[in-house]
Amino acid sequence: MTAGDGVLSQALVWLNDPLTWTEQGGILELTGEHLLMTAAAVGAAAAVAIPVGAWLGHTDRGAGLVVWLTNASRALPTLGIVFLLASAGLFGNTATVIAAAFFAAPVLLVNTYEGVRGADPDARDAARGMGMSDGRILLQVELPLAVTLVSAGLRTTIVQVVATIPLAALAGGGGLGKIITFGLGTQRYGEVLAGGVIVALLCLAIDGALAVGQRIATPAPLRVRSG
Amino acid sequence: MPGNPWFSWSYVVGNAPALWQRTLDHVGVTVEAVAISTAIAVPLGVLISRSRWMSGPVLGAAAVLYTIPSLGLFAILAPLLGIGRTPVLIGLVVYSLLIILRNTTAGLATVDPAVVDAARGLGYGPGRLLLQVALPSALPSIVAGVRLATVSSVALVTVGVVVGFGGLGQIMFQGFRNNLYRAEIMTATIGTILIALVLDLVLWAAGRALTPWLRRRSA
Repeated sequence: MTAGDGVLSQALVWLNDPLTWTEQGGILELTGEHLLMTAAAVGAAAAVAIPVGAWLGHTDRGAGLVVWLTNASRALPTLGIVFLLASAGLFGNTATVIAAAFFAAPVLLVNTYEGVRGADPDARDAARGMGMSDGRILLQVELPLAVTLVSAGLRTTIVQVVATIPLAALAGGGGLGKIITFGLGTQRYGEVLAGGVIVALLCLAIDGALAVGQRIATPAPLRVRSG
Repeated sequence: MPGNPWFSWSYVVGNAPALWQRTLDHVGVTVEAVAISTAIAVPLGVLISRSRWMSGPVLGAAAVLYTIPSLGLFAILAPLLGIGRTPVLIGLVVYSLLIILRNTTAGLATVDPAVVDAARGLGYGPGRLLLQVALPSALPSIVAGVRLATVSSVALVTVGVVVGFGGLGQIMFQGFRNNLYRAEIMTATIGTILIALVLDLVLWAAGRALTPWLRRRSA
């Protein structure tokens, strides 16, 4: 089975077949499903983590909680969470989206928290002196200053979620992971290899696109180091 | 569902040998991967922190490898290396590499130049300077990197299910296929978290023992 050549040519033959891409349940459809699941997970995580992170950063509270959350989220095995959600009645895609959102939230929370808390105190003072309310200070002063860190957090989060969604296939769901599990189940290792390469390339492409987006989202005066 | 509890002590007792075997697999592959990764990343970190033109490409390449999803990487490696432990081990080495490399270079960058000057004035050669001054100063950062790599690796091993070597992940998957046997999945998940906590604690203690001067200062 270590005959790399055979596997490689199988992968190329499979990738060269137009039907592989366009058929029902083909690569294009699975990629679309993959991206939709990513959007759902990131959207859910952002809807909770950004407001909470911004508020904690603004009031300068909860530093201990934030640190604990980041550390704890690293030790949790995503796969276990997906299976546990599945056994609670939430199958495949739903379970994976929830698990991915769960793991994405701490990154966003920490970055928003640090960004808002790290806003220049002079700017905050000036805003207060001009009579701005707390809400306006947060929205018009602190959050714009935090945009570098928040967009960096979003980039990390999105790439991480794209990389997590393939696990759905192990729990009976869809997305690009399906190519890999199907190939393994049927011992077509060429497809496994092709599936792995597609998932890897999607991640790298999205990371690259987001790097450009991150640069555009960062206001010119804050572009000290290009990341 | 009354017949499917979340926790079941009798399951743990009845399956203790299998659980223990998977735990040993899990710990073994994690420790081996992080050890290999440390052995590569620390010397490489020393090397690239000396030449500016090398550090960009090396860190960049490690970051690209780190971006590849674990399931994808295992799927790429398995057809080439065979199903089982090897693709998981290599995958974990690759992911740990970036974390440890970054922390090594960051640690070396914060070595106090005055201390380096003083050592040089005392007649330390480059080798002794590295081993007795620069590396000990960077040690807390390196240990932090090794801890982070270990904790992340423990969680990643479970994905190895896809190539048939997932440590406790095998038990999780078995529970999933076993009509969603909750106690089995829960036991394996908690076991994975415990492995991460124990290994982190061991490394923390080792780091503390290796840097006695930090304790003296804070005491």
